[in-house]
Amino acid sequence: MKYADEFRDKEIALGLAKTIRAEADPQKLYRFMEFCGGHTHAISRYGLEDMLPKNVRMIHGPGCPVCVLPAGRIDMAIRLAERPDVILCVYGDLMRVPGSQGTSLLKAKARGADIRMVYSTIDAIRIAEDNPGREVVFFAIGFETTTPPTAVMIRLAEKKQLENFTVFCNHVLTPPAMQNILESPDIRNIGRVEIDGFVGPAHVSTIIGTAPYEFFAEEFGKPVVIAGFEPLDMMQAILMLVRQVNEDRHEVENQYSRAVNRDGNLRAKEEVSDIFELRDQFEWRGLGQVPYSGLKLKRPYAIYDAEVRFDMHELRVDDNPACECGAILRGVKKPVDCKLFGTVCTPETPIGSCMVSSEGACAAHWTHGRFRDHQQRRVS
Amino acid sequence: MKAYQRKLDIRNGCVDLSHGSGGRAMAQLISGLFHEAFGNEWLARGNDQSAFDVGAGRMVMTTDGYVVSPLFFPGGNIGSLAVHGTVNDIAMAGARPLYLSASFIIEEGFRFADLKMIAESMGEAARTADVHIVTGDTKVVERGKADGLFISTAGVGVVPHGLDLSAENARVGDRVLISGTLGDHGVAIMSKRQNLAFETEIVSDSAALNDLVAKMVEAGGRGIRLMRDPTRGGLAATLNEIAQQSDLGFHLREEAIPLKPGVAAACELLGLDPLHVANEGKLVAIVAPENAAPVLAAMRAHPLGRDAADIGEAVADDHHFVQMATSFGGGRIVDWPSGEQLPRIC
Repeated sequence: MKYADEFRDKEIALGLAKTIRAEADPQKLYRFMEFCGGHTHAISRYGLEDMLPKNVRMIHGPGCPVCVLPAGRIDMAIRLAERPDVILCVYGDLMRVPGSQGTSLLKAKARGADIRMVYSTIDAIRIAEDNPGREVVFFAIGFETTTPPTAVMIRLAEKKQLENFTVFCNHVLTPPAMQNILESPDIRNIGRVEIDGFVGPAHVSTIIGTAPYEFFAEEFGKPVVIAGFEPLDMMQAILMLVRQVNEDRHEVENQYSRAVNRDGNLRAKEEVSDIFELRDQFEWRGLGQVPYSGLKLKRPYAIYDAEVRFDMHELRVDDNPACECGAILRGVKKPVDCKLFGTVCTPETPIGSCMVSSEGACAAHWTHGRFRDHQQRRVS
Repeated sequence: MKAYQRKLDIRNGCVDLSHGSGGRAMAQLISGLFHEAFGNEWLARGNDQSAFDVGAGRMVMTTDGYVVSPLFFPGGNIGSLAVHGTVNDIAMAGARPLYLSASFIIEEGFRFADLKMIAESMGEAARTADVHIVTGDTKVVERGKADGLFISTAGVGVVPHGLDLSAENARVGDRVLISGTLGDHGVAIMSKRQNLAFETEIVSDSAALNDLVAKMVEAGGRGIRLMRDPTRGGLAATLNEIAQQSDLGFHLREEAIPLKPGVAAACELLGLDPLHVANEGKLVAIVAPENAAPVLAAMRAHPLGRDAADIGEAVADDHHFVQMATSFGGGRIVDWPSGEQLPRIC
């Protein structure tokens, strides 16, 4: 597969692994957080952990938009979908996300709610056009990457003068979450985790560019390397981080230069800032309330805001007290440290957010990596 | 005087409730459409059941329902699929499939022309696989009560003497052979889904594997421990099942697993693991190491096994993990698929 196989080359990977081993100081610990779920998935899917020396440890961050969506928002969506006049359009991986008391969109659908899986925002527009007598709500989630398509869809709805179309907006922002992880370590009493550097977002950075991380690298003195989602991207980014640590640098470096520049996608940023504005705070599963981390529709676009049209009220649901997702999302604990991991919490019946999407730290470890927890013979 | 009955208007007509009511209309549908397509001496006798002789020995029996959406897809339709699926389930016992039954649940308004095309595909698939559809049933339900057409087939076959293929038979050291590229069926179906249509040249691999199996049995005999067709859940689900049932684990080599570039690309795009995607014309065989080479050679000599490959081995593992050395150089688990990535693919 062109443009993919080149970045999965075994020989180059082995070369990079060798260089990382040679350059990583055995006396030092290198704890790097990969922010994005896409990175987490690549690590587990390609078995990168097997290729890194023991003292280079990857900590899986909160960068999976499905995982960080709080149960209350799912409950709100279910309540909306139960209205007979509503068709709720969602991305497929949201279907199994647990709400409160074992509910999910999948179960609501089975009970009769009209919930439709879509692959693109355009599908939702089409459904609205085909069902003029129904209210079509698009359940918008995701980081900076998926926000521009939602903005484009709102523009399209405006142009088509669609009156039966609204958006339930759950878009969130990356930099405030990264800052939150480093800044307020005592939320939920889980203590500070030492992070020596960040593998910065891939797709998110194609939109926002590398500039927003500069403050972050400077302020917290942590190196950031923006990296693509292919396994060679990851290996190279890890090497770049090792070098920054060794040289006591803390800069923003761009490994993903084939797609990311300093300023990002100006057109997309403009569209987003035209239509959306910051919420004072937004709840993240595992992190709690994070100030200025979520988006909502600006007042002129309120007619497309499902929360306004349907007078939706914020629902708060406490996470299962035994669930360690908060600590795992912050890198304080590993999936195996959680009592629920692999017992009652599996990808079929996720309790916590990290088990929901294949990009979550727990699901990735369960699905691809748990053989390492047992002293089994290595793959030869 | 013979009662006049208007001929079935295959081109413009459609099924209505009278075609399921046991009256003349139903008799006409059955004889005019199904008998025509399946044509054999057993159906011609017009009984509610069919009697046939079978040789002495062990028999196998299986049944399967088909609810695929869309009904027509690149490389086949629900009819050919309903024959291939049941023939393959019989063949996986190393058995020779002989007779099938077919039961149709049809939604009123279903076009005769489509039904005819589907029945003809079934007839052709049965002739190619050298099996006979010897009994059947037709029901018609109201509009909205079935998604066009559901088909259910059952089948019987005879196992060659001395052969006992079963999921608990795998032994540590056995080789894992697959008969060709993975994921073709699932990707072909997905490419035609209304909300997901994308351009691909991939066609379903739907095919009857009984002839391939016969050649493999000839080459490997009792060295073949078991066979499975990795349909829903793909290779991943099949190997995890076998690992549980045989109380062992598997080690696979990703590099050895054949994959069409179009399938790899579609899976990449949709975020699917090709090892989780369904096949309808592929098999996995667990074979004793000393028999692996001749069985693999027999597979490769058959048109349905051209791309056959040895992809790994069975290992001792109390946790029943299916592990894989990735083509990148690391290791990972090949786990059961979870959730409902692709409903109604067969």
